[in-house]
Amino acid sequence: MRHTISVLVENKFGVLARIAGLFSARGYNIASLAVSETLEPGTSYMTIVVEAEDEKVLEQVKKQLNKLIDVITVTDFTKKEHVERELILLKINYSAKDKARLDNIINKYVSKIIQHKGDTAILEAIGDQHQIRGLLEDLKPFGIKELVRTGRIAIAY
Amino acid sequence: MTGAQILIECLKREGVEVIFGYPGGQVLPIFDKLYDAGLKFILTRHEQGAAHAADGYARATGKTGVCLATSGPGATNLATGIANAYMDSIPLVAITGQVKSFLIGNDAFQEADITGITRPITKHNYLVKDVKDLARIVREAFYIASSGRPGPVVIDIPSDIQMQDTEFIWPETVDIRSYKPTYYGHPGQIKKAAKLIAQAKKPILYIGGGIITSGASFVLRELAEKIQAPVTWTLMGIGAFPATHKLSLGMLGMHGTGYANHAIMEADIIIAVGARFDDRVTGRIDTFAPGAKVIHIDIDPASISKNIKVDVPIVGDARNIIGELLEQLKKAPDTSEWLKIAEGLKRKYPLKYKDDGKIKPQYVVEQLYEVTKGNAIITTEVGQNQMWAAQWYKYDHPRTFISSGGLGTMGFGFPAAMGAKIGCPDKTVIDIAGDGSIQMNIQELATCVCNKINVKVAILNNGYLGMVRQWQELFYKKRYSQVCITSPDFVKLAESYGAEGIRVAKKEDVRPAIEKALAIDNTVFIDFSVEPEENVYPMVPAGEAINRMIEGLA
Repeated sequence: MRHTISVLVENKFGVLARIAGLFSARGYNIASLAVSETLEPGTSYMTIVVEAEDEKVLEQVKKQLNKLIDVITVTDFTKKEHVERELILLKINYSAKDKARLDNIINKYVSKIIQHKGDTAILEAIGDQHQIRGLLEDLKPFGIKELVRTGRIAIAY
Repeated sequence: MTGAQILIECLKREGVEVIFGYPGGQVLPIFDKLYDAGLKFILTRHEQGAAHAADGYARATGKTGVCLATSGPGATNLATGIANAYMDSIPLVAITGQVKSFLIGNDAFQEADITGITRPITKHNYLVKDVKDLARIVREAFYIASSGRPGPVVIDIPSDIQMQDTEFIWPETVDIRSYKPTYYGHPGQIKKAAKLIAQAKKPILYIGGGIITSGASFVLRELAEKIQAPVTWTLMGIGAFPATHKLSLGMLGMHGTGYANHAIMEADIIIAVGARFDDRVTGRIDTFAPGAKVIHIDIDPASISKNIKVDVPIVGDARNIIGELLEQLKKAPDTSEWLKIAEGLKRKYPLKYKDDGKIKPQYVVEQLYEVTKGNAIITTEVGQNQMWAAQWYKYDHPRTFISSGGLGTMGFGFPAAMGAKIGCPDKTVIDIAGDGSIQMNIQELATCVCNKINVKVAILNNGYLGMVRQWQELFYKKRYSQVCITSPDFVKLAESYGAEGIRVAKKEDVRPAIEKALAIDNTVFIDFSVEPEENVYPMVPAGEAINRMIEGLA
């Protein structure tokens, strides 16, 4: 089961390594990780998606994160009302005859074609994990050449 | 002041009495200022010895130990000692030199990324990038190392920072917004625990090193006597409760006493304090204490419910919480039946060995106890010697048993003994060693002799890496692979360093040799030729339930 947690940390060198090291040392897998500065200078916000087979592992992850000196707060979104988003960039096969079909799909999601050149188009899309999964599913018939994604970010109400 | 002067001034203000260390290129500015700083410095013969000595000093005194090494190999040589202190929650500040700031990352001579290397084995670490931060960092390092669940902190200081000048500003207070240890337990949880204890029929106290760290021995004893619960402990908890007390059950776990292992399986309530349910204690986890509700008191929330499902978790300092618990306990449970059962278990499963006229290691440890009347600080190496030292010497006071628990570091006991002796010069300090372990840091003999550190080393010499041999005997059909270890002549070796040596080959010479060694005002190696294939019993095979012990004796 994948869980989204966010960690408010001191923005110092080595903090990311400390967090990542904590996961690797205990054999926990990070499914995604997104880091950015907050409004307050000196602090950063990390959104981490962690794979935890059970509640106990998740509990340990949170407790171990809290033990790190540079960690200010740990928020677990599992039981919190929140929104999650991810940005994805895709390179897909493109031909003019497919345009209508492609537009249909793109309009279903928060997405657009940023540019197309020759037989390739670059798309961006924003959404929660279900929307992103849906989009990828829908685009499969066109042939996805390459994709990059930011990893999940989340915010609570 | 220069960075080096600031560092020394900070160490003095932190109350540091002694630094254990070794010089080198990237700490020369510090050593230059140490020349007339008036701080006691112990030059060890290896950086690992320095780290363990600082660790032993910390365990014996309760103060923070300090060690110092140069960059690269000096710093990496500290790593085992740092990891050892981390696993056993020992307050330690390790200061390392680093190559000049502008060379970092260039693979400069003797460069190693020591903050990177020690990240998983420290409570926290620092690379000092600006001399203006140095005083604050040193202050924070000592605070972090000694507060909450203690642990080692590394301060890595590039040599150019050591030489830079800045105004010295002593930070009066430390305020780290993201680090606020919890010292007081949740009142509701304490009430719940008190209620549970009052209803108990078969309560047992299971205690660990946290009792010693928090100075909770006295209140713990009060609690045990009030609720009339038997007490068992981890290796790290030895000395936290008097071994000669009638409620004592001795150590629990893989080489714990049979009666402790049986008793905890029968308990209806386990009150765990400052102990973390290590696998060496619980044995096979799904069979552990099936009928017991667990109250777990620990300063580290991450230790609670990590291995064992806990019914009442209480996060905070052991001394405070036990104090609160004592106030909340209106009515003590009636445990007279339970104590009878425990007494029965003690009679049924005593610690024993076959005394056949040869020198048994257990006998040596017993004699060490008799001669010192239990008043010595015992350090140990790791392996059979450590388990016999844990089983056969009776420790009535905290900080009198110093041993590498979590990491199991061979070579720990001898330098730790040096550190303990420096911290407690009036105490007799004895390292109970094996012939294998002692050879891992034997070079510290020179440190002892040069600094007139009078420690005794009792070598239980069986010609084997004994614990590994025992496992090979029991689980690998006696295929003794690489466990037969040859040793130098320990007596001559001790003498060559300017220490003294005594060889003991007969049982009747054991006690006189100990008496003689204690009377000598010098470091003494006592080389006991013990029974080569003696085993540590009882023994719970790894992965078994802890009441399924191999007794070993008819």
